[in-house]
Amino acid sequence: MAAVTSVGEAPLAPSAKRPPGMQAGRRRRLNIFRYVVFTIFGLFFLLPLLAVARFSLEAPTKLGTWSVTAWRQIASYQGTGIPPLLSSIEITLELAVITCAVMLILLVPTMIWVQLRVQWLARTIEFLCLLPLTIPAIVLVVGLGEIYVKIQRISLSALMLFWVYVILALPYAYRALAAGLTAIDVTTLSEAARSLGASWFTVIVRVIAPNMRAAILNAVVLTTSLVLGEFTIAYLLLYTNLQVELYSISRNTPNASVLFSTTLAALVFTFLLLLIVSYAGRRRRGRG
Amino acid sequence: MAVATTTKTGARPSWAGRRPSAPPWVGTVPFFAYLAVFLLWPTGIVIVDAVKNPNGAWAFSNLSELGNPLVRGYFIGSFKLCLLSSLTGAVLGAILAYAVASGDPDGVIRRLYVAVSGVLAQTGGVTLAFAFLVTIGPVGLLFHASWYFDFPWGITLIYTYFQIPLMVLVFMPAIDGLKIQWREASENLGASSWQYWRHVGGPLLLPAFLGATLLLFANALSAFATIQAWENQIAYIVPQQISTAMSSEVGLSNVNVADLLALGMVVMVAIVMTGYALLLRRAARWLR
Repeated sequence: MAAVTSVGEAPLAPSAKRPPGMQAGRRRRLNIFRYVVFTIFGLFFLLPLLAVARFSLEAPTKLGTWSVTAWRQIASYQGTGIPPLLSSIEITLELAVITCAVMLILLVPTMIWVQLRVQWLARTIEFLCLLPLTIPAIVLVVGLGEIYVKIQRISLSALMLFWVYVILALPYAYRALAAGLTAIDVTTLSEAARSLGASWFTVIVRVIAPNMRAAILNAVVLTTSLVLGEFTIAYLLLYTNLQVELYSISRNTPNASVLFSTTLAALVFTFLLLLIVSYAGRRRRGRG
Repeated sequence: MAVATTTKTGARPSWAGRRPSAPPWVGTVPFFAYLAVFLLWPTGIVIVDAVKNPNGAWAFSNLSELGNPLVRGYFIGSFKLCLLSSLTGAVLGAILAYAVASGDPDGVIRRLYVAVSGVLAQTGGVTLAFAFLVTIGPVGLLFHASWYFDFPWGITLIYTYFQIPLMVLVFMPAIDGLKIQWREASENLGASSWQYWRHVGGPLLLPAFLGATLLLFANALSAFATIQAWENQIAYIVPQQISTAMSSEVGLSNVNVADLLALGMVVMVAIVMTGYALLLRRAARWLR
């Protein structure tokens, strides 16, 4: 449900510059207000992260000491009665890759095709893609039980979660891709390619898709960050992904310092991914 | 879309005369099939099972169980938490969004806050509960808040950690839409800062603000991971009770409890999101 605005698009600069319209005194007061606000909110957002960082650097046995054991443990931690931490990290990363691939294969050709040939379906597609926003994961999972019983007859692997993760990612991926699709002249591109003898496959895969690279990257990153943070569905369908693993560890050993090193590592990883998109988005605008 | 007409006549010759091709909508079949199986079918199961007995017989009287004091308690809990966290998140987020938006549109602060908001709006999950546990929980680094485990105060504070950034993301475009000329015009007419906000800026932003608040409300409604990691023994809100009902069969006899609660949630989210869509349309009238 979070972050409905796709991240790459967010920092659009307003056309009018704000400062000149205001009197100097008012401007000064505004600046004081701004820096007070920035400091307070900055602390609110930073302190929990600092606390996590501090606890990730604590020796497992003694409080108030410094050690990097917890960071080393990410590779080796093994709780009692639960799968090793590393295996669930691997599963989660694999899930992210599979979910992104399926999402792109399902969504990109369909959206381009609808834009080119079946525009009367455009509203239906949009409605369906945004529908998961109104059907929370906790609701979806209730109905999914029956379907996953059937899937589990074929495979018991936690990787099977990708089927429903694609659905969860749809709204974010759709918005990102739709923004990219409206930014290019799909009709002209396809007409040019078609009149040069290209097949529809070539038009979609080799002409239009490469032109929406930034949007595809944005969709991939949003999907990845969703998969890395997913807990509800995996937990209730009794699969173990990264979040479920962390939850189980915390139930067994509250305050295990490996919890905090893994948490911080996951956060930093997501942050870097989103920063890449923010950067890619800026470069694209710079050219335009 | 003036070019669209040329597509039809212009593209046709290249494939006229070959084997008769399928109608273009066939290309969207894989997409619809996928959504039918993993989105529409599970939702249908939830709705149908909510009005059935566990043995499969129709029982529309089950719906009256939503009025059961026990069930109502979970909905009231959800409502309290969502209302508190969305109002706090919306007010604080709007202040932060204004502080960010009134600065240099290409400045470092704005880029930083927007990028960070994109990341933090996606946090949540079990890791967020860990972060607050080590900040103000019993072992808190900062201090030990005695109300940390009180519902709804402790969990509301945790929720604002992702609600504020989401508010910044969705509300900033509305603030950017305030034209500098409106401010100048009211200043030329001798309006004070307060009069400007009371009669011009406030009314203009109100629909966007209320719409964003509703989005935050829906966002909090479907969150499950954070509160489950915060307190897993007592169920306060509907998603927690769905989880309990899914993993055990205790509770109301001869009712599919999980399905019934899930149906109630769908109705609640649908109402909120409809309000959001209506307010968004109202907000778009001035702010473009």
